[in-house]
Amino acid sequence: MSADERMIPCSQAVRKLWDYLDQRLSPEEHAEVEKHLAFCRRCCGEMEFAKELQGFLASHGADEIPPDVKEHLERLVEEL
Amino acid sequence: MRAYRSFDSLEDRQAGLAWMQRILVNVYRDQLRKGSRTVPEVPVEEIDEFSLYRTLADEDPLPYSDSLHVDFLHSFGREDVHAVLMRLPEIYRAPLVLRYMQGFSTKEIAKLLAAPLGTVLARLHRGRKLFEKELWDYANESDLLHTGAAR
Repeated sequence: MSADERMIPCSQAVRKLWDYLDQRLSPEEHAEVEKHLAFCRRCCGEMEFAKELQGFLASHGADEIPPDVKEHLERLVEEL
Repeated sequence: MRAYRSFDSLEDRQAGLAWMQRILVNVYRDQLRKGSRTVPEVPVEEIDEFSLYRTLADEDPLPYSDSLHVDFLHSFGREDVHAVLMRLPEIYRAPLVLRYMQGFSTKEIAKLLAAPLGTVLARLHRGRKLFEKELWDYANESDLLHTGAAR
């Protein structure tokens, strides 16, 4: 079996991209995605865009929850 | 603050925390509910397969752009992003905002929303896809792609 035949398909790689960026994949899954990205230019584009989207969401986050509500939520997480 | 005002009336601290959690989440939901609408049901397969990256490359809505994907995102102002978020069903919006806009971990979100971690992860995945699709739909329904260059 060649290296290409063992590679996960684009659909699987794309589905795992955000978890890959969040470092939430198992070592095996992480390696599978890395291997796919090394061969697939389109999925590299998908990954770069996922990074852009994450930055886009983060940059618009400040206004979505008033600071005092976020402070309460953080305190609550510590207490739970 | 609503929770703290009557915290003394609760005998059980754990019950009090759970009660406050519910109030805080509802407060948070109240903040986001304003102007929300119901998103028409879209088949799961259609959402899971949607790729904004690919759609932009195929449709090329900004033909004079040298960096199409980035320019598309930059055409959204603060109010536009808020409007797009309001188009998401609440069960997907809350994890998405808490994770990617407020930086809570998935475990913390599971605690806050009193949901299993697996449920949070599944809703984050679906929420990201819905957000991408709603960005695209919103851009097409508004005149964003025509006025975006002026922002």
